Amino acid sequence: MSFLVDSIIMFTSQVLFFGFGWLFFMRQLFKDYEVRQYIVQVVFSITFAFSCTMFELIIFEILGALSSNSRYFHWKLNLYVILLVLIFVVPFYIGYFVVSNIRLLQRQKLLFACMVWFTFMYFFWKLGDPFPILSPKHGILSIEQLISRVGVIGVTLMALLSGFGAVNCPYTYMSYFLRNVTDSDILALERRLLQTMDMIVSKKKRIAMTRRQMYQRGEDQNKQTGLWGMIKSVTSTQTGSENLSLIQQEVDALEELSRQLFLETVELQATKERIEYSKTFQGKYFNFLGYFFSIYCVWKIFMATINIVFDRVGKTDPVTRGIEITVNYLGIQFDVKFWSQHISFILVGIIIVTSIRGLLITLTKFFYAISSNKSSNVIVLVLAQIMGMYFVSSVLLMRMSMPLEYRSIVTEVLGELQFNFYHRWFDVIFLVSALSSILFLYLAHKQAPEKQMAL
Amino acid sequence: MASLDRVKVLVLGDSGVGKSSLVHLLCQNQVLGNPSWTVGCSVDVRVQDYKEGTPEEKTYYIELWDVGGSLGSASSIKSTRAVFYNSVNGIMLVHDLTNKKSSQNLYRWSLEALSKDSSPTRVIVSNGDYDREQFAENSVPLLLIGTKFDQIAETKRTEVLTRTAFLSEDFNAEEINLDCTNPRYLAAGTSNAVKLSRFFDKVSNPQPGYRYRILWHDLRILDHVMSFFVFL
Repeated sequence: MSFLVDSIIMFTSQVLFFGFGWLFFMRQLFKDYEVRQYIVQVVFSITFAFSCTMFELIIFEILGALSSNSRYFHWKLNLYVILLVLIFVVPFYIGYFVVSNIRLLQRQKLLFACMVWFTFMYFFWKLGDPFPILSPKHGILSIEQLISRVGVIGVTLMALLSGFGAVNCPYTYMSYFLRNVTDSDILALERRLLQTMDMIVSKKKRIAMTRRQMYQRGEDQNKQTGLWGMIKSVTSTQTGSENLSLIQQEVDALEELSRQLFLETVELQATKERIEYSKTFQGKYFNFLGYFFSIYCVWKIFMATINIVFDRVGKTDPVTRGIEITVNYLGIQFDVKFWSQHISFILVGIIIVTSIRGLLITLTKFFYAISSNKSSNVIVLVLAQIMGMYFVSSVLLMRMSMPLEYRSIVTEVLGELQFNFYHRWFDVIFLVSALSSILFLYLAHKQAPEKQMAL
Repeated sequence: MASLDRVKVLVLGDSGVGKSSLVHLLCQNQVLGNPSWTVGCSVDVRVQDYKEGTPEEKTYYIELWDVGGSLGSASSIKSTRAVFYNSVNGIMLVHDLTNKKSSQNLYRWSLEALSKDSSPTRVIVSNGDYDREQFAENSVPLLLIGTKFDQIAETKRTEVLTRTAFLSEDFNAEEINLDCTNPRYLAAGTSNAVKLSRFFDKVSNPQPGYRYRILWHDLRILDHVMSFFVFL
């Protein structure tokens, strides 16, 4: 009986998540486009719904809601469904829509889509070979094989985003890095931009005029016969077209310049807006936060290096460690079990909410930046794939943040994976990503004022 | 009737509707082979003969300013874009016939361009909403262009054309539906070509402050007055 009740609860929550994913898709992602293939929206919402259900199950685990059997059953069910979606459904549809965009392969769409899917499966399988992720007791066709590979991809993505985010966050928040931009700078650049456009216009007018004259003269010259007429027509058109190609080259150079000036002006406007924002109360608050974040970022890089160098994997989670410290060193006594449950719930809840929100915002930004009318379907499906893999691996990694008694369900469901490997891999990629972001931002920051002075 | 030495026409519309292909077709009389994203603004020049064959014949160089971008761009991009909207003589609003949202977005595009125009004869005060009366009084000639006409199935054509007819009424503008990869749509003598040259004539020879349409409520008052006299 309780199993039925639990299943109803799970199903209702899944429908809610599905609806939320649907709305998000319609209102945020596909704001400017028309949804013509509803299957894309359905697939995206399904991926989102099942990923969120996994997080929900972790919360239920900590809170002890629902009976342990039904939790286990739903974990397994959810896992199978999401693996099915991530490995079979989404890649197949990505292949299908990519093939539909290419005109040549229109006839045999399904066949080519299947071929694309098989190529994907081949590379997906090959991915597992260089990593020591499997213990030998698993067979070839087991869930662990699939999860381990999905986990590797997802953890790489998480670490990349995490590393870049950790560095970018203080850079964006702190006003220390803002360059000084005055209104007159912007006006001067805008004037130059308009002057360049005027020059382009006058040169194009010359080209049009010359072409017209050549065309008219060409008509007159068609009436001229004889050898002399032919020689005259050849020489005059040659100088005409030489002139034209010269002017055309100048126009191309000017157009390139106008594009650069436009982008420069956009950057200056953006900096000016950020300066204005930093003077507001919100801006000052974020500036303050930025200092904290930079310390946190430095600490995380330091810890990642230590972990790799000393080959150390944290055995205890932050909650138990924190409680240990308070009890042993500060001598404060309190009900460990009760508090550990509540604190883990809050901590895990915060991690889940911020990671979902952060991922959705990043995905939306990517989508706006790179999608066009033709490729919107493909890009949304790629984003759904990334989202699914990201959420599956965050469940994997979250295991480390939970106290021992809650870890067991994750270990049971996901099978005997080498969890330590994933944490090590996360640290490595995080370090690489953070350091390269620092380098990249440093170069970009240095280059910008130089460019301004050169223009 | 004043004639202008610089004629500037804006080409506005959502990203990917075909503005660059359209401008290339109008100015070079050729189909654009490799369309790519427009960064900033690209200008091209069209040679237009006004009153050809008459003694008042004049050749105009109409500048078509193809402004790239989308309505959802960051505000820094929008403020930079506003630089191109100064002293505009005409606007071509381009939408994709296969994408309803691009047609709906044209209201916002036209408002963005008309409200940023800083020349003193243009006064459009808007709170961001579309106002039919202001479009009726607007003195900047508008032209509505629907692209990708060939991609609409025969069965859906009437539905799409009804929709665009409503749109052109709202903007108080003529409409042209074509496919930018086929010069046949703008061949000399077609109704499209006639509408196009009429638009360019209006743009290069602006009639001072003359309302071309009577507003509907004016007509109704006239109706009441007439019926009153009938009863007398």
